[in-house]
Amino acid sequence: MLTDSRLDVKAGDSLMHRLNARAEQQVELCYHCHKCTAGCPVAEEMRFGPDQVLLMIQLNQQDRLLTSRDIWLCAGCEACATRCPNEIDIARVMDALRQVALAEGVRPADTSSVKFHRLFLFLVEHLGRMNEAGLLGAHKLWTGNLLADLGSGAVMVVKGKIPLVPHVLRDRAGMQRLFSRSLHPAATESGAQEPGP
Amino acid sequence: MTAYSYYPGCSLHSTGREFDASVTAVFRALKIDLVELEDWNCCGASSAHSVDRDLSLALPARNLALAQAAGRDVIMPCAACYNRHRTAEHELQSTAERRRRIEAAADFEYRPSVHVRALIEVLYDTIGPQALRELVVRDLGGLPAVAYYGCLLVRPPQVTGFDHAEHPTKMGELLGALGAEARPWGDATECCGGGLTLTQPKVARRLVTRLAERAREAGAQAIVTSCPLCQVNLEMRQSGRAERLPIFYISELVGLALGLEESKAWWPMHLIDPRPLLRSAGLMAPQAAA
Repeated sequence: MLTDSRLDVKAGDSLMHRLNARAEQQVELCYHCHKCTAGCPVAEEMRFGPDQVLLMIQLNQQDRLLTSRDIWLCAGCEACATRCPNEIDIARVMDALRQVALAEGVRPADTSSVKFHRLFLFLVEHLGRMNEAGLLGAHKLWTGNLLADLGSGAVMVVKGKIPLVPHVLRDRAGMQRLFSRSLHPAATESGAQEPGP
Repeated sequence: MTAYSYYPGCSLHSTGREFDASVTAVFRALKIDLVELEDWNCCGASSAHSVDRDLSLALPARNLALAQAAGRDVIMPCAACYNRHRTAEHELQSTAERRRRIEAAADFEYRPSVHVRALIEVLYDTIGPQALRELVVRDLGGLPAVAYYGCLLVRPPQVTGFDHAEHPTKMGELLGALGAEARPWGDATECCGGGLTLTQPKVARRLVTRLAERAREAGAQAIVTSCPLCQVNLEMRQSGRAERLPIFYISELVGLALGLEESKAWWPMHLIDPRPLLRSAGLMAPQAAA
């Protein structure tokens, strides 16, 4: 089991150190050629853009970064990672930023995404597979965004594309074991020692 | 008889039903057995890797264990599932420590004996456009379409090793073999924002609408994909004044060209009805009931 104590991370370590450990990347290699931002499909919605995110990591501006909407806007398309001349997997660094923000209990700029991911994984943990009706319904209730996509959602239910009855895995116990073995306890990000497996 | 394990993934049992139906019909016609993995689980998609890296590797690893026990290469039509499982394979083959950690979480011992294959890899690399061409009974009559790969089949290239990361050609060549005209365009691997379609619908709408504009500029009357997240996003979020382009799965066009009767059942499942286009292209008999 990976605990953050095994990540070689201590309380007070720089944001870059913690992200490098999580993502197995070397953010310090970035020399700001801006190639990532030039090809990023969501750069125009971002406030900083991928190359400035990397700069802020290098400058340890963690409060601005962890609370920024940019880290939740990344679509994970990996165009930046494919084109980076220093072979930094920037999308994976974005993932690590999300993970740190969640683990440290930072109030996220985009609560809709956080609720979506939490619901998604809750359903996978307990059913073993995705149930779109459960995901969409619960997400609507939790975010209060009841009307969004109601029309296309209804059409998809009629077309049999959103099954209302969930499929449940036979090996549910195995799924729960898998989750408990791999999910980090949130408390360990602060540097608290976790007992080994 | 050749046989593969089959991992449909969650989308092919829901929003991508026609993908599942067309893939299984095509492989039946090709006399290749698809054996669904017993009790497979969700790969975690983009949610797992946003929240926890170990979980994002352990979830697909459990399926790799099932595939390994079944002893056959496993076909994953969904580009997102394919990407997550290829990532887990890649990590299992990286360092001994990483491998031990994934094995412990997914409770198995990894042997690199079976491979994860994308649908297009099997159609192109194993069957081949030439062999497919010979099986065509209903030539697609020069139907102009663009091959749209999106992100997760081609990136990151050291993980998927699918085709050229910036200029892939396999799907276009397959379309050519079916008699369609694959129009050249520059957006074949641009992101559609599928992963953001529920949380950031405005962003997804902008990306999808631009893709559709570019496809039209290239002279295409349809977009062809192999990803159920792209497909549903492209159908749901296309906006603007122009008439919306139908979005086909590559397997649907293979099935159509092979003359499969089952294809009639796929078109009504679409959110953008492709039948007017198919009728005007002479690929479907004109009829009143729509």
